[in-house]
Amino acid sequence: MTDFIQLCVSGMATGSIYALAALGFTLLWQASGTINFAQGEFVMLPAFVMLALLEHGAGLGTSFVACLIIVTLVLGLGFKKGIVDPLFKFGMMPIVVATIGLSIAMRNGVRAGYSAEAFPFPSLFGDSIFRLAGVSVTLVDIGTLALAGLIVFAVQSFITRTVTGRAMQAVAQNTESATVLGINVPRMIFYTFAINAVLACAAALLVTPTYLAKFDMGESLGTKAFFAAIIGGFNNSRGALLGGVLVGVAENLAAVYISPAYKDAVALVIFMIVILFKPQGLLGKPVERKV
Amino acid sequence: MTFRLAFKAAALAASLTALTTLTTPAALAQNEIKIANIVELSGGGVTPGTYFRDGVLLAVKEINAAGGILGKKIVATNMDTQTNPGVAKGLAQKAIDDGAFAIFGPVFSGSILVSMAESRRAEVPNWTGGEAGSITTQGNPYIFRTSFGQSVSFPKVARYITGKYKNIAVVYQNNDFGKGGRDALVKNLTGTATKVAVEVAIDPGQVDFSAAVIKAKQANTDATFIYLNEEESARALREFKKQAYGKPLIGETTLTGQKVIELAGDAATGAVAHVGLTVDAPTPEMLKFKANFYRDYKYIPDHNGIKGYMGVYSMKAAIEKAGKLDRKAVAQAMKGLDIKVAKYPGILMDVKFDDKGDLDRESFLVEVKNGRQEVIQTLPPLSKK
Repeated sequence: MTDFIQLCVSGMATGSIYALAALGFTLLWQASGTINFAQGEFVMLPAFVMLALLEHGAGLGTSFVACLIIVTLVLGLGFKKGIVDPLFKFGMMPIVVATIGLSIAMRNGVRAGYSAEAFPFPSLFGDSIFRLAGVSVTLVDIGTLALAGLIVFAVQSFITRTVTGRAMQAVAQNTESATVLGINVPRMIFYTFAINAVLACAAALLVTPTYLAKFDMGESLGTKAFFAAIIGGFNNSRGALLGGVLVGVAENLAAVYISPAYKDAVALVIFMIVILFKPQGLLGKPVERKV
Repeated sequence: MTFRLAFKAAALAASLTALTTLTTPAALAQNEIKIANIVELSGGGVTPGTYFRDGVLLAVKEINAAGGILGKKIVATNMDTQTNPGVAKGLAQKAIDDGAFAIFGPVFSGSILVSMAESRRAEVPNWTGGEAGSITTQGNPYIFRTSFGQSVSFPKVARYITGKYKNIAVVYQNNDFGKGGRDALVKNLTGTATKVAVEVAIDPGQVDFSAAVIKAKQANTDATFIYLNEEESARALREFKKQAYGKPLIGETTLTGQKVIELAGDAATGAVAHVGLTVDAPTPEMLKFKANFYRDYKYIPDHNGIKGYMGVYSMKAAIEKAGKLDRKAVAQAMKGLDIKVAKYPGILMDVKFDDKGDLDRESFLVEVKNGRQEVIQTLPPLSKK
């Protein structure tokens, strides 16, 4: 039983990492109607920005704040101006393809411009380990899970309970009607990408001590996060957390009780089951569209 | 006037002809030894690949500064396999087309197993950092190791384990390198008092090791043998520490590598490994190598840096034994080559190659203490038992 609980606790910690990256998918979908397949790289880039600042003697807090400003400009404003604005009028497919290209460019850019090696990254929570009834849990696990939950709650509340959040959703659902209602559409779209950039920065701070800072860290993270977002529900931020935790725990249980060889297949299996029987995701709402 | 003009034209033509002749690839080739450094400079193998490359470059620099080999300078070209066997094979072909005298790398077994077909076909000597046993069992007369193959290192590891533990867990990487090590260990433990109670395969890039550690704990073994690449080794060590495993963690070379120690931090403390090469070996040649490497690259290498370095020096010894720049003769000279530090200090430790390209020499048991490897025992060459 202790082993089972240990697997669940460790899986929840890993799942909260997936959830943080998955949150970016759900946010962009809810507030701009786009999918960003460079989401994993959006987490990787702030990690390297912070790492570079740390190497120049800045503290973790200072690095994080400076990184927030830099990535809001680069991944928020830059992404909107460079990718979304020119392609939005052509529909979602060109944006999706562009983000796939962007992810490759970002990976190779960091590899060539910084390093292809993995680097350790300091943890916000230190490396204390607690043992409760035979179960080991680190402060990093607890902190990541708690902060992921807090961030998900904050994002969901912002999207559904504030005027700005609802305006962002309105823009995503029908841009023309939103304009007629007096909503500043370009500003709402910028808010969406700026918030996504901030989330990516926060995710990088929490995720990188476990993943290690490496140019391709976003590759597997982005894939797992995408599965987690679909499983939980693409139009619900809480779904990202549920999907992430579900994938993390299921991977661990499968590795021990079935075979370690099937560990990576678990997310895909859950993804397929959800797509077949509840395509809107576990917490997602069905959306009706006229065709 | 006409005669003077004709004389000038003839002189100019003669000068141009001489200049062209002296700068043709053939003429240049006679004055230099081109080697291709085909290594993992990105992807999962970037750490060993980078170390190996820098080791090769340091040896090239030293040899050139001392007058080269048979009076000829070495010119090294670096190529990135991206840790992709297909790319490695293509680069080997390119290096051969470019006239490389010898190839160094790749370091990953999966890559060299594919790319060495090209060097064999073109009869180009190829020194590799790969350790999979199958590299030297295919009868390729042009492949040479720079470190122990699993057929040499694992009997030593098994001997150490059987002397101490009754049952062990084996955590291995799910690739050619890891599976080769797992097979070699199981084979060497067969018929001994030590049993492998549980085996756990780890996929490249795996982040969460809690399941692997729980499987090892559930098996209630005396120790766990870990045979993973650098990043996975570090993550495994952290999870073993987190779950308070409390039993010995044993590895072969990678587990106690400098990069693993850097990534794992305190969690690496206490890990024990058999290493064929370590910069902490208590010999003056190794200490000099370590200092020179740090001077040039500002980091302390692991065994992969030594592999690249001594690989170039073994090529030097083979060329000088052959007495000419002939690929076939050099490959033949490598068979049974016994290189002594007294004659070639760059070889760092006395080494003897067999007729398959495997090598044998002393090795070490190391333990991680205070963030670095410490040699706790020197083991004799396998041939001396």
